[in-house]
Amino acid sequence: MKHLTWFSATSLALGFAFLYLPMIILVIYSFNASKLVTVWAGFSTRWYGELIQNEAFLDAAWVTIRVAVASSTLATILGTMAAYTLVRAGRFTGRTLFSGMIYAPLVMPEVITGLSLLLLFIGIGLDRGIFTIILAHTTFSMCFVSVVVSARLVAFDRSLEEAAMDLGCAPMEAFRFVTLPIIAPAVISGWLLAFTLSLDDLVIASFTAGPSATTLPIKIWSSIRLGVSPEINALSTILIGIVTVGVISASLISKRGAIRRQNEEQAALRA
Amino acid sequence: MSDLKFEPWNDPKAVPLISFRNVTKRFGDFIAIDNQTFDIFEHEFFALLGPSGCGKTTMMRMLAGFETPTEGKISLAGQDIAPIPPNKRAVNMMFQSYALFPHLTVWNNIAFGLKREGMAPDAIDARVAEMLKLTRMEKFASRKPHQISGGQKQRVALARSLAKAPKLLLLDEPLGALDAKLRQETQFELVDIQEKTGTTFIIVTHDQEEAMTVATRVAVMDHGQIIQADTPDRIYEMPNSVYVADFIGDVTIIKGRVSPSDDGYEIHHAEGLPPLFAKSNLSLKNGTGAYLAIRPEKISIAAEQPSSARNAIKGAIQDIAYLGNLSTYHVELPNGTIVKAQATNNRRLANRPFTWEDEVWLSWTDTAAVLLDH
Repeated sequence: MKHLTWFSATSLALGFAFLYLPMIILVIYSFNASKLVTVWAGFSTRWYGELIQNEAFLDAAWVTIRVAVASSTLATILGTMAAYTLVRAGRFTGRTLFSGMIYAPLVMPEVITGLSLLLLFIGIGLDRGIFTIILAHTTFSMCFVSVVVSARLVAFDRSLEEAAMDLGCAPMEAFRFVTLPIIAPAVISGWLLAFTLSLDDLVIASFTAGPSATTLPIKIWSSIRLGVSPEINALSTILIGIVTVGVISASLISKRGAIRRQNEEQAALRA
Repeated sequence: MSDLKFEPWNDPKAVPLISFRNVTKRFGDFIAIDNQTFDIFEHEFFALLGPSGCGKTTMMRMLAGFETPTEGKISLAGQDIAPIPPNKRAVNMMFQSYALFPHLTVWNNIAFGLKREGMAPDAIDARVAEMLKLTRMEKFASRKPHQISGGQKQRVALARSLAKAPKLLLLDEPLGALDAKLRQETQFELVDIQEKTGTTFIIVTHDQEEAMTVATRVAVMDHGQIIQADTPDRIYEMPNSVYVADFIGDVTIIKGRVSPSDDGYEIHHAEGLPPLFAKSNLSLKNGTGAYLAIRPEKISIAAEQPSSARNAIKGAIQDIAYLGNLSTYHVELPNGTIVKAQATNNRRLANRPFTWEDEVWLSWTDTAAVLLDH
């Protein structure tokens, strides 16, 4: 398919425009010199400058990053453990039920996840703040990690672990020295996915955040209700940048792993 | 030389390295190993041979520690191994898929077990160098597993499993992934390495030729049981059952009723044909059914009736399998039985004395055929 027909070229252009035009407009207007969001008045980085001065936004950004790092790390640990158990433990009673339950939050409406977490936190008397957001984000991003990691584990040759144990590793050491290094690309891309999910979550965070901790998406949402300021365009552009980098590196890491595996398999076949 | 022969299994004083005592392994309702009792001795190269699903791999996995017997006891050097986890056993295994660690170099793969053991770094260096030399892989020490060929992987896997100097090395279809030629070379290499290191080897294979080439003793398995465990020549020449005779090599089985005669039996196998004779130590009642197993290479084929042989029957050549050095003739007897006879092609094919449809005489000596009662 070297030459695009006019039809496929048009549909491609339309599709991408549909997906990316709003974001492109946002990025362009973030460099607008005018205070009016919809009127172009020349190029300027003024709003980026003002953004750096805005304490409230910076605080929110700091909270968001801390939440994203902590929750994605926790989610990666828990999600990897869950994936490992579900793939490895063989057939135990209720295995199908458990794997279903791990993946259910993927399709659960966020409002429901948020609301149920809120009820839980109130029920056990946990003060809402950064800690509760971390817990909530861990809960919903863990299943994404688990999906990514278990896809890799299914393709993992079990005899590698047996070989490690045969050579003197206790089961935990076999995981540490053999399994983990081999599935590392999947674990890392799981972490990046969880990180990006946490970074741009609004719904669950609004349910579980307290007055002491506001994340960036909440901050943006609440300031927009007072009118869109060009500062928010600048902030959103930065967020788009971070998310793009995260998603691209996650997919590059897992793709590189897949290509390397494929090469290794082909080399093994040729041999 | 005969007193130097390595036959600890015939020595009642020999202490076995491994002993299975009434070992049974069940997976649910499936019986993988059925009440087995046998011994394996130090320095042996013991082959477990059988079709897939016969329990040979289960046997090996129980020794490695990946499965535990449902009943019975397995001991290694006198010690019951059931409570010892795989990582604490003086047993190493070479996996069918080789299971080389893809993220480590050849050197680090071989050093893996030594590092876990907590060996000093310079001792590890020396041991890995020794293993690389033994398997002629010195040049490839810094390669990753995906950068070496199948035969080389096989050698690295062997080096890795021998590095810890185990009392017992288990080999699970070690040559299964190699092509025929490389396989033959590697078989001799394996025997060589086994002799050099003095390690006891147990090999699992479904390839009878491989088992016969490498092993001191071959155990032929079926349905979770060892049917016969003996030296390759005895397995071939003196099978104890139709199953073993049929599993190893080519054979013609003739069924008939026996009548005692001289120091053996006459076998009445077909109406109107003279009985066949085989020397035998079996004690069978007159008229019981039995099987006569005859290897094709032990049958001579001639145009005229041989005057001296007691076993001589006439038939017509129905098929000829030309194998280059040998030809196998499928000869049909008047009652329809097909007997396989083999002859060396010591003349050019064009000058071959027999061809399709020819009437020929098959004959064999009194000891050539083996009489079997099951």
